[in-house]
Amino acid sequence: MPVAVATVRVGLLMLIAIMAAVVFVIAGPRSALLILTGLGLGMTLEGLRFGFAGPWRVLITERDGRGLIAQFIAIGICAAVAFPLLAAFPTELTGAYAPVGFAMIAGAFIFGASMQVVMGCGSGTLVNAGSGNLIALIALIGFIAGSFMGTLHLGWWTALGSLPVYTVQGIFGNTLGLSLTLTGLTLLAVLVALRSLPGKRQPQTRLWIAAGLVAGLAILNLIIAGQPWGIVYGLGLWGAKVAEVGGMDVASTAFWSAPTHTLRLQESLLTDVTSLTNIGLITGAFIVMRWRRIADAQTAGISSSGWALMLLAGLVMGYSARVAFGCNVGAFFSGVSTGSLHGWVWFFAAFAGSWQGIKLRTRLMSAVSIPPQLVAQ
Amino acid sequence: MKLISGVMPARRTVGLLALTLIIGLLLLDQVQSIPIDPFRAPAPMALGSGQAPAGGHCSNL
Repeated sequence: MPVAVATVRVGLLMLIAIMAAVVFVIAGPRSALLILTGLGLGMTLEGLRFGFAGPWRVLITERDGRGLIAQFIAIGICAAVAFPLLAAFPTELTGAYAPVGFAMIAGAFIFGASMQVVMGCGSGTLVNAGSGNLIALIALIGFIAGSFMGTLHLGWWTALGSLPVYTVQGIFGNTLGLSLTLTGLTLLAVLVALRSLPGKRQPQTRLWIAAGLVAGLAILNLIIAGQPWGIVYGLGLWGAKVAEVGGMDVASTAFWSAPTHTLRLQESLLTDVTSLTNIGLITGAFIVMRWRRIADAQTAGISSSGWALMLLAGLVMGYSARVAFGCNVGAFFSGVSTGSLHGWVWFFAAFAGSWQGIKLRTRLMSAVSIPPQLVAQ
Repeated sequence: MKLISGVMPARRTVGLLALTLIIGLLLLDQVQSIPIDPFRAPAPMALGSGQAPAGGHCSNL
């Protein structure tokens, strides 16, 4: 191995150790463990190319279901552990429980469409930005702004009509609820396999490994944080912090005046669960990109309207994810794996949105002349 | 269609820019947030801590 490569890699390993140590000293062991969990997720997603938006797209456009089946496997593994844990420790752990409602369904649909325009979901946008995709970084800025703006109107949207919060374990009990969840995931995997072309049904080895690692890290997140893996809350909080610096009285708004959110607004981001894992995701993806010394692929120009479109699409992603009570991680992955009914509804609405988003993207991309290879994963 | 630039920045540059933005955000946060008291930090893991989870999540209303 050339000395220069070895030096970079030693530096990257030191970055991991320094990050964990600094967070440990400043904010304590739980925050340090969460930043390490986020780093693990970022390295897994980037290193093993495990994503959400991309697999949905290739199922629709190329009849390749391997990535989506791997998602179901990861969620199933996580659910198999999370359900018993949540049942055994109800006062210390909680799931990603949210109500199904008109705005939630519409939000999931719009998120699904916009994530195909950006070609990156909630986690994908963070990972792509960390791994050096400028378009994802621009979309992330919009995502942060949109997530915050969504908090300002969440109550109004939810009041349009919502059911109470339903969980499968609440309706059917823990054992049957878990069985139904695993059965539902298996049925979906079979449907996806039937839709896929021969040779594009069995996940590759890397996807099996990634599914296991993502599930394991998501379970760790639940055990350490007491709540499931999420993305959007942290981004909305980042937007709220910036808005406060800009002079806005964020704490007086309906959402941020609730005690849980007021506390998060007042306290350091290094004590916020989703902020820590989000930072870990971005940094973990950066580490993998530098470790592999990925060749610079972004060599073409992009139009000014293209930048504006990506910023706007990111903003729509953030706003719609907030209204939908989460993105592919907080609502789909964590919702389904902890038994929330809204996770299932979110998946079907977002998948329908993705179907439309792929068509929309083709039209928009040709209008603003963005080379397709510029938006990865 | 007018292009802003003919060459996009390298991946390493963009990745470093992303990390710089995160550091900037943390510094901004440091100025306005209540200082962390490390001696009042929560238990390393919620499981077994005897405490209810108090973090924010996307599923929160």
